[in-house]
Amino acid sequence: MTRLSVRTLVVTGVIVAVVVAAFASLYASGDPDGLNRVAAEEGLADQEQAHDLEDGPFAGYEASGIDESLSGGVAGVAGIAATFLLAGGLLLVVRRRGSDRDADGPGAASSGP
Amino acid sequence: MHVPDGFLDAPTSVATGVVALAGVGICLRKARAELDERTVPLAGLVAAFVFATQMFNFPVGAGTSGHLLGGALAAMLVGPWLGALCVSVVLLVQAVLFADGGLTALGTNIVLMAFVTTAVAWGIISLSARVLPRTAASAVGTAFVAAVVSVPVSALAFTGLYSIGGTTDVPLGALAGAMVGVHLLIGLGEAAITALAVSSVLAVRPDLVAGARHLLPQDGDLAMSPRSVS
Repeated sequence: MTRLSVRTLVVTGVIVAVVVAAFASLYASGDPDGLNRVAAEEGLADQEQAHDLEDGPFAGYEASGIDESLSGGVAGVAGIAATFLLAGGLLLVVRRRGSDRDADGPGAASSGP
Repeated sequence: MHVPDGFLDAPTSVATGVVALAGVGICLRKARAELDERTVPLAGLVAAFVFATQMFNFPVGAGTSGHLLGGALAAMLVGPWLGALCVSVVLLVQAVLFADGGLTALGTNIVLMAFVTTAVAWGIISLSARVLPRTAASAVGTAFVAAVVSVPVSALAFTGLYSIGGTTDVPLGALAGAMVGVHLLIGLGEAAITALAVSSVLAVRPDLVAGARHLLPQDGDLAMSPRSVS
């Protein structure tokens, strides 16, 4: 059986994520989510404060200044890029720092069996 | 289930912020040993996929929707430490870039949606690895159950925090009942998505599914070595 490379898997996965975000931007339910619904019914919502960054360029999963039909998809792609780069970048830095620290013991950073 | 600003009082929000920071620190330390050429991009993918999937609010009964939290999926794919980090990154990006989830509630949201969900899911994953037959079907079933349980437990944890630092006086029994009820339904949706995603990765690269490592033949070659790259 041919094994899919990690690169192919990750690229495919990111493409699937973009498709999911595009689909979601068009067809996601606009109803309040479970917490918001319960909060409204049980009286928690009275205390809700406006978000400090509610005027941000992607606030509410809408890209400001972009046509309505595309705005959600653009915001989704921005979020996918941001989460991928932040998670991957953070872990890359942690990994490099870890291997520097353990440089005098070959394989010291590995937990593998 | 993103908690906005104002639901919890300042002391509780500070406390959850401290717990979130400490927890992320612990996760980074624990995850460091697992980082290699495969897990780093895979964790990036998990974060991106959880973000994208969270955009998809599916209906759960009249006038209510829900979305994936992602802790069970992340734990299943990259393990609990990296998994909790991936979901934390998603919550940070959502709070800052998308104004989803309050800034003062970021710690609360990380505790509830990253830590509680991955911890519950990993507990179920570890348990079922010991008792279930070692098949791909078991792994997919485990992912389903881990997802379906993790969401209402997270909702119950919110109720617990609200009982400590909630800004309104509400009957806690009613709040707990309402939260668990609706999040059980959301958990079923999350479970379907999680099972689908996990079975997709299992089909092509079972060795990359952290929650299914025990299924692999112990022949060494490519499966178990975190250093092998392809």
